[in-house]
Amino acid sequence: MSDFWRRYRRNKGAVVGLAGLLLVLLVAATAPLLFPGSPWDMAGAPFMPPGEMGMLLGSDSLGRDVAAGIAHGARISLMVGAVSTVAALSVGVTLGAVAGYCGGLVDDLVMRFTEFFQTIPSFVLAILLVAIFTPSITSVVAAIAIVSWPPVARVVRAEFLSLRGREFVQAAEVLGKSRLSIVLGDILPNALSPIIVLASLMVATAILLESALSFLGLGDPNLMTWGFLIGSGRSVIRIAWWMSVFPGLAIFVTVLSLNLVGEGLSDALNPRLARQRGGEA
Amino acid sequence: MSLLRIDDLTVALPPGADRAHAVEGVSLHLDAGEILCVVGESGSGKSITANAVMGLLPKALPVRSGRLELLGQDLRGLSAEALRKLRGDRMAMIFQEPMTALNPLMRVGDQIAEVFAVHGQAGRALARVLELLEAVRLPDPAAIARSHPFRLSGGQRQRVMIAMALALEPALLIADEPTTALDVTTQMQILRLIREIQSRRGTGVLFITHDFGVVAEIADRVAVMQHGRIVEQGPAAQLLNAPVHPYTRALIAAVPHGPAARPERAAGPDILQVRGLRKTYSRGGFFSRRVVVPAVASADFTLGRGETLGVVGESGSGKSTLARCIVKLVVPEAGEIRFEGNDLRPLSRAAWKPYRARVQMIFQDPYASLNPRRLVGEAIAEGPITHGVPRQEALLRARELLALVQLDPSAMRRYPHEFSGGQRQRIGIARALAMRPDLLIADEPVSALDVSVQAQVLALLADIRARFGLSMLFITHDLRVAAQICDRVAVMQRGRIVEMGPTAQVFAAPAHAYTRELLASIPGQGWTPPLR
Repeated sequence: MSDFWRRYRRNKGAVVGLAGLLLVLLVAATAPLLFPGSPWDMAGAPFMPPGEMGMLLGSDSLGRDVAAGIAHGARISLMVGAVSTVAALSVGVTLGAVAGYCGGLVDDLVMRFTEFFQTIPSFVLAILLVAIFTPSITSVVAAIAIVSWPPVARVVRAEFLSLRGREFVQAAEVLGKSRLSIVLGDILPNALSPIIVLASLMVATAILLESALSFLGLGDPNLMTWGFLIGSGRSVIRIAWWMSVFPGLAIFVTVLSLNLVGEGLSDALNPRLARQRGGEA
Repeated sequence: MSLLRIDDLTVALPPGADRAHAVEGVSLHLDAGEILCVVGESGSGKSITANAVMGLLPKALPVRSGRLELLGQDLRGLSAEALRKLRGDRMAMIFQEPMTALNPLMRVGDQIAEVFAVHGQAGRALARVLELLEAVRLPDPAAIARSHPFRLSGGQRQRVMIAMALALEPALLIADEPTTALDVTTQMQILRLIREIQSRRGTGVLFITHDFGVVAEIADRVAVMQHGRIVEQGPAAQLLNAPVHPYTRALIAAVPHGPAARPERAAGPDILQVRGLRKTYSRGGFFSRRVVVPAVASADFTLGRGETLGVVGESGSGKSTLARCIVKLVVPEAGEIRFEGNDLRPLSRAAWKPYRARVQMIFQDPYASLNPRRLVGEAIAEGPITHGVPRQEALLRARELLALVQLDPSAMRRYPHEFSGGQRQRIGIARALAMRPDLLIADEPVSALDVSVQAQVLALLADIRARFGLSMLFITHDLRVAAQICDRVAVMQRGRIVEMGPTAQVFAAPAHAYTRELLASIPGQGWTPPLR
């Protein structure tokens, strides 16, 4: 573990990303303490610039505190990112594992099914799904999960295909282990590194997707989200820039942090790629 | 004046390595028209020495001190540009892996011509390329020159590499394990070719190898390296027959040679009978023409209880496929695999399970055959646990087995990457033995190991076999190893067993032409290692 941290630390950007991510998590966790009450409540006069009437980031067209909106929005964004990623991982890892381990006809069928999803532009599909199933937090999470599992399936399949032929997997076969215990006990633990890296990047993409959906008015109407904040500030950006800039910055910082963390994880989990090869690992 | 003189060469290793210097205080000299073999096990620094001469060391391995002199010219003092001019012109190198040493996108002829172009002699290239390809005894040089590397076999590619190295008639040729990746018959051809070209042109050859057979075949002088130092050097005849340094002696003693004298054992009843086994791989279909490759065309053999049957053959002969068919890692299309009279081939995965405990396998690559994320103790115990042995008992058995394969019981709580190749192979053997098998299938169990470690593992296998009365199917490409451990050998060529018989008989009076060719290709036959 200390070795892992040492390798992670070597990537300075990754450390900055981790700090950024921790900051966002902290804001999300302390939102009810920092801004008690609903972020939808009026807190002052409309169109107050940042710093006036005790509102750090100003107020919007209905006099709501932008800072409160961002803090509460962080909870939703992170939750959507995490839940949809977990859902997409469970589908993608399962299908990828089945395809990669079984090979042959099963592999063909699963991969054609995956390609079916990949041929449809993911954002259009997400809009379509949310529009059909009425915007709610559940439909948003489901739509994001549905459009983001195919890359996971492909990565997992590729890992399984290469690991399946390795001698330690063959040794497990010769020992008479069941297929399930070979897949879960021998192959999956060795395929985890790329999955973890991919997952961290997927959280970032999911946050972006959710913001984009809310921006278009397809977010959950009862929840304050970053995309909604930007969307509502869009029409008045010339008189109240702070309404869209600060939520935009929040998205920027979160997504950038997650990407940096993903890159750092990739370096730390694949030390041989990060450094020039020296000796056997 | 020597052609090449290395004086007191020291090359540093990056901090945190297992020793401070990759190469320390190495002094060598090589005269024109001489073949100097540098011998050592992996990690002894022999390739580093060669790369230092060529100026090909990675940045992490800086030359700390010493002098490198080629034809009286100090190589260390040269600029990168001057060194580049020397490379290819005055000194050239042949690499170990012919499959990756050529540019796959360039025609062979163009690659050789490039050597001339780089050294400003493009005009000569056209005629010389064909001459060179002919000089390395490639059939139809004109056709070969127009081919891409993927059309050539490993041996042919190595010939092309040699042609490239010889293009500008260098004074010094460095060959870094040039035959290690090749089959034994090809190896012999390449060795003869190097020897012939060297004597014809008076080139000095620095030949790096780990194989004493090759040394005996080709060397004029020998230097033995251990842990980055030269421990002994001298004329080949003297060093091979009367080694002085204990390490040289140990290395030479570990060289497998000749059929070992062993008591005639009455072969027990047959434990395994294989009849008409066939496995073909097919590729393509759909859009391209289907290519069918028979890996095992038709194999028939029997293995008696307590007997060791060696299966020898070159790469692509189907010997590994044969082994994998027997444990159902590969599903054969036809034939019978009778284990104690029961045909295993048609059995389902579930019906096979009871036999898993009785038929076990040892794999070739000790670095790939252990799950890197599983503790050694767990890896050994998991087989018995799968077959219903209580966990505590299985772990206890694992501990006993570690002692049996001469590893410390503390190994239980460690991960495979903490062990050397030989130790890992012992763990693999312990894992197979944990199932208390009757039949052990060993697929090239020692071919990835250094010669001294190889000898230890072979001794361990022989000991285990005697102690447990195991029957063993021993797959190997190395006839010397087969001779040492097997009661009978089967020779495979292109998916067929062409000859089978008691080891001594096959070695003394081979009946099939291919067997004779294989035996004639064993390097260093004229040399019998001195007994300890």
